[in-house]
Amino acid sequence: MTYAAKNLTTDGRELIAFRVGDQEFCVNVMSVREIRGWTPATAMPHAPSYMLGIINLRGAVLPIVDLSARLGMKPAEPTVRHVIIVAQVKSQVVGLLVDAVSDILTITDDKIQPTPDVISSEFERSFARGVLAIEGRLICLIELESVFPQEEREAA
Amino acid sequence: MDMNEIKEIFFQECEEQLAELESGLLKLNDGDRDPETVNAVFRAVHSIKGGAGAFGLDDLVSFAHVFETTLDCVRSNRLDPGPEVLKVMLKSADVLADLTNAARDGGSVDEARSRQLIKELEALANGEVPQASSVAEPVAKAAPVAAAPVVNDEGFQPVAFSFDDFETDEPALMDLPTYEIVFKPKSDLYAKGNDATLLLRDLSRLGEMSIHCDMDALPALDRLSPETAYFSWKVSLKTDKGEDAIRTVFEFAEWDCDLDVSRVSGDAAPVGEELPMQPVPFDLSILDDEPAGPIGVIEEEEQLAAQQEIRNAAVAAAGTASNVLQMAQSAARAPAEKSAGAAASAAAQSAAAQQAAASAATPTIRVDLDRVDRLINLVGELVINQAMLSQSVVENDANGTSSINMGLEELQQLTREIQDSVMAIRAQPVKPVFQRMSRIVREIADMTGKSVRLITEGENTEVDKTVIDKLAEPLTHMIRNAVDHGLETPEKRLAAGKSAEGTVRLTAKHRSGRIVIELADDGAGINREKVRQKAIDNDLIAADANLSDEEIDNLIFHAGFSTADKISDISGRGVGMDVVKRSIQALGGRINISSKPGHGSVFTMSLPLTLAVLDGMVVTVANQTLVVPLTAIVETLQPEAAAIHSFGSNQRLISIRNSFCPLVDVGRILNFRASQANPVEGVALLVESEGGGQRALMVDAIQGQRQVVIKSLEANYTHVPGIAAATILGDGRVALILDVDTIVAASRGQSLKPEMSLAAAG
Repeated sequence: MTYAAKNLTTDGRELIAFRVGDQEFCVNVMSVREIRGWTPATAMPHAPSYMLGIINLRGAVLPIVDLSARLGMKPAEPTVRHVIIVAQVKSQVVGLLVDAVSDILTITDDKIQPTPDVISSEFERSFARGVLAIEGRLICLIELESVFPQEEREAA
Repeated sequence: MDMNEIKEIFFQECEEQLAELESGLLKLNDGDRDPETVNAVFRAVHSIKGGAGAFGLDDLVSFAHVFETTLDCVRSNRLDPGPEVLKVMLKSADVLADLTNAARDGGSVDEARSRQLIKELEALANGEVPQASSVAEPVAKAAPVAAAPVVNDEGFQPVAFSFDDFETDEPALMDLPTYEIVFKPKSDLYAKGNDATLLLRDLSRLGEMSIHCDMDALPALDRLSPETAYFSWKVSLKTDKGEDAIRTVFEFAEWDCDLDVSRVSGDAAPVGEELPMQPVPFDLSILDDEPAGPIGVIEEEEQLAAQQEIRNAAVAAAGTASNVLQMAQSAARAPAEKSAGAAASAAAQSAAAQQAAASAATPTIRVDLDRVDRLINLVGELVINQAMLSQSVVENDANGTSSINMGLEELQQLTREIQDSVMAIRAQPVKPVFQRMSRIVREIADMTGKSVRLITEGENTEVDKTVIDKLAEPLTHMIRNAVDHGLETPEKRLAAGKSAEGTVRLTAKHRSGRIVIELADDGAGINREKVRQKAIDNDLIAADANLSDEEIDNLIFHAGFSTADKISDISGRGVGMDVVKRSIQALGGRINISSKPGHGSVFTMSLPLTLAVLDGMVVTVANQTLVVPLTAIVETLQPEAAAIHSFGSNQRLISIRNSFCPLVDVGRILNFRASQANPVEGVALLVESEGGGQRALMVDAIQGQRQVVIKSLEANYTHVPGIAAATILGDGRVALILDVDTIVAASRGQSLKPEMSLAAAG
């Protein structure tokens, strides 16, 4: 904890990078609780299409979100190779279905470039917090709170 | 343990004492004249006073004291606990509860009300206590008038004292051996919460006693240290109980006092000769009649005051005298607070002794609720794991080694037993909630000017703590409604040929794995015409709607519905019954009303015993596994093609024993499939929805029946209409628990929305 906290203040922050479709994204490592493999989810009635259902996470009910569909890309077809990132969003815990987790990045704030304004959709702009250029790859930093605003889930 | 923790314990105990107090008073109200009940009530107030004194909660102490004084009059049969007296006392109990809460949470109390009650209580006490002529000798003031409050700036009231018993000593006593006891408490005795008065009183129970207080050690006021014990007592006791019995009285105090017990000859005369003053005979009955707590205190106060008066006789102008009195009082107050606490524990001791014979209380411990919850969660996991284990054993080993299977079976039984026992930890009687209701009835009866009697039955019915906690709010609403709307005014009641006093009956009982709470009033019943008109006025129903009586009755559960002509403080703001309905539903319960015009209404709530597990039927719908709560299912049946009838555009009915029941395709309602399934291929579950109507739920297959642990969907997701909760099955997968009532409501054409709809209300 102290280590992470120190990292945040002096050396910038640690981000966890993952692949969804052919794009790379990253979120703050502090919001990630664990990473686990895909298990079939129980479908929920009247749920938005990106809500894959719920799974049992050691006795707790964990909703699984298809991040690809949520971010407006084509819906994922989950296989055993898919990965679930268990993340804390405000007071709730959600599972994000992603294709793969690539690595953990330690970056300082000045490495984060503003989101290019080629992104047209208001929605995409709302969750993108900036982009990173790491070894020629483009990684988009997303904020989970914006991806799952409270009202969004309540309306669902 | 720091002070706050101790204080917290005190307040917890206060709650128990208040409950005890109230139930005792209610028993008295019902005509119980058992002295033990009176004692229990007295002890409760006394313990609160004692504890409050220890924490310096002056408001609480002074109120409790007056209350206690009045109760003491009842205890000594000087005051008959008639209905009027009990009314004041019940109100006082409410104020005492308010004061306790205020002391805990720092809130404010209605001071005018408590002052008024203090006056009423004092009037009750004084009305029956004869004011005796003053006795000049200070030592004789050892027993104050019961009505004198601890903090009384006016001074001290003289004491009624009877010498009669001693003038004519009974011959039988003359022959008994006499003991001389010199009892000199150290200040530690008071510091540890003992009270000389109580010890002396216990002593007096052993036989004929005369007592003398030695105040020689008392210094002048300016040198007086309030924490120091100055008095000692010389007691001459005639008893046949022997020296051991005397020593037993001082058993808990013997290290903190100098005690000298010696046998003297046949009568008390030698004791008197040794003493500097003539021993004053002590009227045991008066001592017994006094409130246990403050005697010692007042005694000291009075003696102090008296001494001061003598010392300052020369300058005793009226003004200065009262000053001195006040000084003396403040000096005495410090030990006063201490011994109040002392009295509490001492009283508790004697109470414990008395109660031990009557009812051996089962020992209990206080446990943090979080710990219990954690245990319950873990046991839930254990049950799931055990189920997963048996399933994988069955899958991997089809023919099954008998030893493994037997072991598994035993494990299954054990886990089930553990689960039941753990659930039982959380089970609590509904009594505290019911008791709170009696207060609400009193308050509303007062406000509305109605005369109401609350009868509670089955208050020891046990139910999960979470259910109890959530029960109070809807029940309060309902009681308010019952008294405010349900019961008529006394005049109207008399005109209708009923007794002026309305009755509200609150009953709890177990019925088929649920707790059923019934609230019945003998009022006017629901005025269906008025309800109907109101519903039409509020656009809730069409003016020409044809509703059954039951449907009209259920309209009152609709949001924004109130038939009260004028909006009162109590009810009629249009919130109420819909809130009640919603909170009962949130608990997985159902509520029903039945009403007879002129005879009153009965609200019936059926609630699950626990919110943690439920017995369910595991079914398959469109390849999804669902759990249907067993309590909702009336029967299951295999539909035959001939029994299915199409009705309207897309409705289907199933005929069951010559009656038709709408068929509800669960898969369709939950949007699991696009088109309706063929009923003949599935199974129909006949369910009873809360409106009373039956529906046949179509599912594809029944997998079995099992107890499931309820997991909240809301914790990490959100409420899903049609789904009550989730659970985890033996294979580790999540299954959804069906909310039968919303499914049925949805089948009537309403969309599946969490909001209340008219159909859901009806």
